[in-house]
Amino acid sequence: MRVVNEKDPNPKMKDNGAPATPAPGAPAPEPRPNPLAHLPLPFQAVDYNLKGYHLEAAVQPGQVAVAAGYLDSEGFSLDTITGVDWLAQGQMEVVYDYFHPTRGLRSVVRARIPRENPEIPTISQVFPGANWHERETHDFFGIRFLGHPDLSPFLLPEDATFHPLRKDFSA
Amino acid sequence: MIVSEPISRSVAGSAPNETFVLNLGPQHPATHGVLRVKMTMDGEYVVRAEPVCGYIHRMQEKMGENRTYAQYLPNTSRIDYLSAMNYTHGLVGVVERAARIQVPPRAEYIRVITSELNRISSHLVWWGAFLLDLGGFTPLLYAFDDREMILDLLEGITGARLTYCYYRFGGLYNDVDETFLKGARRFVAHMRPRLKMYRALVTENVILRKRLIGIGPISAEMCRKYGATGPVIRGSGVSYDVRRAEPYSVYPELDFDIPAYPEGDSMARYLVRMDEMAQSLRIIEQALDKLPGGPVMAEKVPRVLKLPAGDYCYAVEAARGRFMVRVVSDNKEIAYRLKLRTPCLSNLSLFEEASQGMLLADALALLGSLDLVIPDIDR
Repeated sequence: MRVVNEKDPNPKMKDNGAPATPAPGAPAPEPRPNPLAHLPLPFQAVDYNLKGYHLEAAVQPGQVAVAAGYLDSEGFSLDTITGVDWLAQGQMEVVYDYFHPTRGLRSVVRARIPRENPEIPTISQVFPGANWHERETHDFFGIRFLGHPDLSPFLLPEDATFHPLRKDFSA
Repeated sequence: MIVSEPISRSVAGSAPNETFVLNLGPQHPATHGVLRVKMTMDGEYVVRAEPVCGYIHRMQEKMGENRTYAQYLPNTSRIDYLSAMNYTHGLVGVVERAARIQVPPRAEYIRVITSELNRISSHLVWWGAFLLDLGGFTPLLYAFDDREMILDLLEGITGARLTYCYYRFGGLYNDVDETFLKGARRFVAHMRPRLKMYRALVTENVILRKRLIGIGPISAEMCRKYGATGPVIRGSGVSYDVRRAEPYSVYPELDFDIPAYPEGDSMARYLVRMDEMAQSLRIIEQALDKLPGGPVMAEKVPRVLKLPAGDYCYAVEAARGRFMVRVVSDNKEIAYRLKLRTPCLSNLSLFEEASQGMLLADALALLGSLDLVIPDIDR
């Protein structure tokens, strides 16, 4: 009984050492100028070898859910969400990382919000996986994601009122 | 005169509408660490399973912002302690990318060999522990027996059995010796028949198949929405692998397949990992054949690194999926921001949706098939 191969509609495991055929949907890693130029988002192509992502866009805080919707319709998957505290500029940056499961593309969406009132719409209605990333970002930076179902502490203690990755935090 | 209550208002009649909360963990063997799952149950069926994380949170990202890159390097072995090599690769990769350090080819090949050995040892722990969850004790002993060979090999060159910290910015801590190279070849020759034996012993076992086939289906769309990667997304038929999608190190020079199974059930995720071990053996064998001579450290890597201002990412395919390090530098010796994107967090986040309506025992099979390492979630 051949258990492994009977389930595989496209058996790739060959013992003859023949070169592997590219797996279905395997991405071609060659650089492209801007494959998302048709989207109404300010995506700029960046050098992947220098930065580790292909595209980046700085959007208004109100646009992050719209941007997530466009990337969702393009088949992107949510990689992670995080913040950066720019204390000197009095701003918080929210960084949304996306990867494409079949096209090998990485794109980054950024938005800056005022540090004294860090609020930004949630994208968890577009990507349910954003729920935990946003809770974590709220834990660490105190950024409030408007419309998020539950911003209770995720990794920090349940009664935590501090935000340890703020640059003015000291233990 | 006895007036009987209508059946719907009696205790027995109202029972099906009652739910109760079952607390799983944080100290439960099936959660493989300090994970807690708050389960709302309707009898044997899961109504809602809400993972509660953070019990071993160590603020790894803050530690990244108060020490130099070299001082932070040992931390990377302690995030996912079962695939420490891959995690160290993530940090050295991002620093080398930002500082534009060229790594000698010999070091890259040795990185691939040790990373793939580490992937096999990690999958062996998963295999043994997963089957333990399902009620089979014996496979764990086989798995740990074979894993011991890998740990001995890696201990010989790194001095550590789990937390290797073997890669350095620009290369490796030290070169490999003949003992390691011969041992690695011996391991490849030893492991291939063992994988066949695993298949005969466990994979074809009818009890295992009945526990896994059709259980806990996860669609490719659900993986995409939650950002699940690694064997989870490949078990849903998407052959996404960072080694192909964003090629790094010398993986493009090596010939290997990305196993993917379209079924999306626990069996598919099981088979992906079993096939991956065979593929890792193939990679190790090729890398040993192609291993060039030369130095294992780039020349003139400064002792204290300052990365040019900017933000940099580097992703690797760890044993559990996509691991990415993002460094935001302001041209100082210490990172301004260091973000760790870990695969287990995203893989676990779909559990609440995926486990709805499942039997408790099947939900635990699903949880085991996600292959969680809790410090990887909590960081």
